[in-house]
Amino acid sequence: MAAYWRKTWPFHVLLWPALALCIVFQYIPLFGVVIAFQDYEPWLGIKGSPWVGFAHFHYLFTYPDGKQIIWNTLIISAFKLVVNLIIPIVFALLLNEVRKVYFKRVVQTLVYLPHFLSWVILGGILIDILSTEGGIINRALNSFGIDSIFFLGDGQWFRFTVVLSDVWKEFGFSAIIFLATLVGINPALYEAAEIDGASRWQQVTMISVPLIMPIIIVVATLSLGRILDAGFDQILNLYNPLVYSHGDIIDTFVYREGLNNGQFSFGTAVGLFKSAIGFILIVISYRMAFKLANYRIF
Amino acid sequence: MRYRSRSYTVFTYSNTVFLSLLSLVCILPLIHVFALSLSSRAAATANIVNFWPIGFTTDAYVKTLGNAAFLRSLWIGLERTVLGTILSMAVVTMASYSLSKTNYKFPGRTVYIWIFVFTMLFSGGLIPSYILISKLHLIDTIWALVLPSAVSVWNMILMLNFFRTIPQDLEEAAHIDGAGHLRVLWSVYLPVSMPSIATLSLFTMVFHWNSWFDGVIYMSNPREYPLATYLHSMIVSDNLSRVGVTLESIDNFSNRTIKSAQIFIGALPILIVYPFLQKYFVKGIVLGSVKS
Repeated sequence: MAAYWRKTWPFHVLLWPALALCIVFQYIPLFGVVIAFQDYEPWLGIKGSPWVGFAHFHYLFTYPDGKQIIWNTLIISAFKLVVNLIIPIVFALLLNEVRKVYFKRVVQTLVYLPHFLSWVILGGILIDILSTEGGIINRALNSFGIDSIFFLGDGQWFRFTVVLSDVWKEFGFSAIIFLATLVGINPALYEAAEIDGASRWQQVTMISVPLIMPIIIVVATLSLGRILDAGFDQILNLYNPLVYSHGDIIDTFVYREGLNNGQFSFGTAVGLFKSAIGFILIVISYRMAFKLANYRIF
Repeated sequence: MRYRSRSYTVFTYSNTVFLSLLSLVCILPLIHVFALSLSSRAAATANIVNFWPIGFTTDAYVKTLGNAAFLRSLWIGLERTVLGTILSMAVVTMASYSLSKTNYKFPGRTVYIWIFVFTMLFSGGLIPSYILISKLHLIDTIWALVLPSAVSVWNMILMLNFFRTIPQDLEEAAHIDGAGHLRVLWSVYLPVSMPSIATLSLFTMVFHWNSWFDGVIYMSNPREYPLATYLHSMIVSDNLSRVGVTLESIDNFSNRTIKSAQIFIGALPILIVYPFLQKYFVKGIVLGSVKS
């Protein structure tokens, strides 16, 4: 033991700051989830609050809004998953056809930018341009003779706006991984196909697409693992009481009911329910990605 | 021959047009807000501003930078970005040095790795974290904004993978010359890995500048809001008034140029570092996500 210590102490000492921060800010809150099984009151503390078992979990499913928020989360997330997969793939394939390096670089610079701006900034911009009182989008619609659309005040339109604006922010950045794979394809494959008389379209469908398939499968399965994350940052910046019925997701509900309305225990229970399911989904999705496409994170 | 068919030429032209339009769609909203921020109040209220300022004036910026609450939030935002980045990079670099060693050199390494990786998979959630921060009396202090996110496991993995590419000979030579591990980390590892440290620092800076939710929950006094949180509270009230939930509509409307100026100032640091970011992130994301 002493010999081990003498040999390795600098390694341990260098790890201590990270370890201490990790234990305090990650592991201690993990024990805090016991309040999901209590009626936690701040002045009683975790030790003094009464135990109620699974009452809060039961309440979530009998609560009238409970099913609605789970449904909202799933539907918004599912739409995002599909659109956030298709658009980046199509975009990557189209950009891959561009021969002018300079043009390619300009396009990339512009489409990656929104990824780095926060939803606070983008939310502020969207609220202004989507406004019914003279927002630039509705002005454009009006000039084509279309009535103003209440993008952020009507439930169905709100979901549409959330999905579309998320794609707008992320499609360029999500395409990087596909572009990198496309660039890496051996040109000899295309040349051989060409000699055999394949058109450019045939080359895309029979060489490019099959070769990026493994990456598509990895990206799809990994995003399935995060299906319960429907975009907390985004929705909290865009929603309002008018669209709670269609736009309230699990995370925003936990924040509003749990923290703002002081229902600490109920909020924690809903959050715990979500992380437990999320954990299982992530493990399954990594397994699937490994099985289907031999993907490993380490 | 490959690119000479007539239909392919048609495709090339329409593809260029389409991709140009797509790029414009990504950037025009930002340009619109910038144009609004430089327009006169009257033009903004009359809804005639598109992508070029009408009635050019820097009035909105003068007013914004004369607003004490805004300046204070701007300062706190910068403070947390600098402090948070330094702290996080220091902690992560030290830990990655140890974790980059082989199991033979540093038995026990795997235990640490699992302790860190587990936090990527499972977290206590919003409310237990909030209770912890308030029990530690960190509410309304800058530490609530920089300490919980300091250990970025993702950055740690990227950094330790980079450290592993450093030739062992360099390190052994230093050890033979009598250098201890701290000395090796400081005088051999750090100078060699400056590019990757710069990249990760840049990403950490962007993360801190963009973080707003921790400010909402951990800062009970709006005076302590970092800029991102300040902007969030502003746009939420803006949103509520635009859908008619509150009655301050008229007041909000006249402030549209000032709001645009504030949003643009919030985006400015990102726009400034963006060229540097772009140089690195393509490489970084590919390294991080596909490994053969």
